[in-house]
Amino acid sequence: MGELLMDLGAWLTSGDQWSGVDGIANRLGEHLEYSLIATVIAAAIALPTGLLIGHTGRGAFLAINLSSFGRALPTVGLIVLVFLASGLSMTPVYVSLVALAVPSIVTNTYAGMRAVDPETRDAARGQGMRAHQVLLRVEIPLALPLIMTGLRLALVQVVATATIAAYVSFGGLGRYVFDGLAQRDLVQVLGGAVLVAAVALVLDLALAALQRALFVNRPA
Amino acid sequence: MTVEWDWIADHTGELTALSVSHLQAALTAVLLGLLISLPLAVLAHRVRQLRGPLLGIANVLFTIPSIAIFVLLLPVSGLTRTTTVTGLTVYTLVVLLRNTVDGLDAVPAKAREAAKAMGARPLRTLLTVELPLALPVIMAGVRIATVMSISLVSVATYIGDGGLGQLFTDGFQRNFPTPVLAGVVLTLLLALVADALLVAVEYVLTPWNRKGRRA
Repeated sequence: MGELLMDLGAWLTSGDQWSGVDGIANRLGEHLEYSLIATVIAAAIALPTGLLIGHTGRGAFLAINLSSFGRALPTVGLIVLVFLASGLSMTPVYVSLVALAVPSIVTNTYAGMRAVDPETRDAARGQGMRAHQVLLRVEIPLALPLIMTGLRLALVQVVATATIAAYVSFGGLGRYVFDGLAQRDLVQVLGGAVLVAAVALVLDLALAALQRALFVNRPA
Repeated sequence: MTVEWDWIADHTGELTALSVSHLQAALTAVLLGLLISLPLAVLAHRVRQLRGPLLGIANVLFTIPSIAIFVLLLPVSGLTRTTTVTGLTVYTLVVLLRNTVDGLDAVPAKAREAAKAMGARPLRTLLTVELPLALPVIMAGVRIATVMSISLVSVATYIGDGGLGQLFTDGFQRNFPTPVLAGVVLTLLLALVADALLVAVEYVLTPWNRKGRRA
């Protein structure tokens, strides 16, 4: 075990390991690229959906069941299925990562909108605000902390899961995990796993700090 | 992409065996998760100073990617069922711990005081008043943890286990979508059935919450 940790330390800190196409720097860049694109696509789908459901109060049943369904959907199966259907492209990677991220964003956005005090909403309406004004000036600002929590959760899940891009022959930090498993090179596998975990953790902490800084005067 | 129903008909035995093994791994993990998180949650609820650290540790564990958890356990337990179950258990902890603490927090102070006034000791209050009242929130956590575990078992296919997940690797390697589709559908089905059963369990365990029974 001690020897393994030494090897792992050597692997992570060697200069060769960081440079080139298969270097950590490049793989890290790819990993972040997949994760960010997937999260942005997911947000573009899920934010309007969550806001609409929350604003109108219709389709809550759908939102709750969607999240349960999303949790049950096996990402590994989905990526392989889309891969076999569409062939070698980034589509399987993005489809499965987006499917993973959408439920978290929808449910949290919806929960944020529902948590807005009905009296506040009534007061806004009573002051003569139109529906879109109530949404933009009252509901969204009040729901923002929970919306952010949903985005943060989604991003962390996506970063953790983007590992599987390597399974369908793309890059990212998952490359080390799958290449290492194929070559029976435990140090490389562990190196990849540690890097993914570190990226997920750092992003989560950074977003948590950002959230605290943004909503400094407000209860979470 | 066409589904070859013949393949499914020829492999019902294998599909059943994989489903059972799949469910076994997921349910063992949730059960172990409950055994670990219940006492920890009571501790976090009673001792305020421990709450932050305990929930924090669970949160950090949750950010570790599932494939990474299995891989990180390889030096300890190798390519075995133990690795699968341990990895899944770690994942259930954050949901179970948070929900149990939230549930205990939401117990009305009056119920607790009434129990005390009637002479119940702390342990008895916990078992007969606090935990039953916290049950709906705890069960919500158990449902999430169960569905999540059932979905995650397939990740363990990378370390040679993974129940229905084996169908994914198999279909991928042979460029054959039918087993993959069967695996996805069966996983969703298992999750759906397990969730429905847990709803039934909660219904049985909380007779006072049934509609129409309220005074």
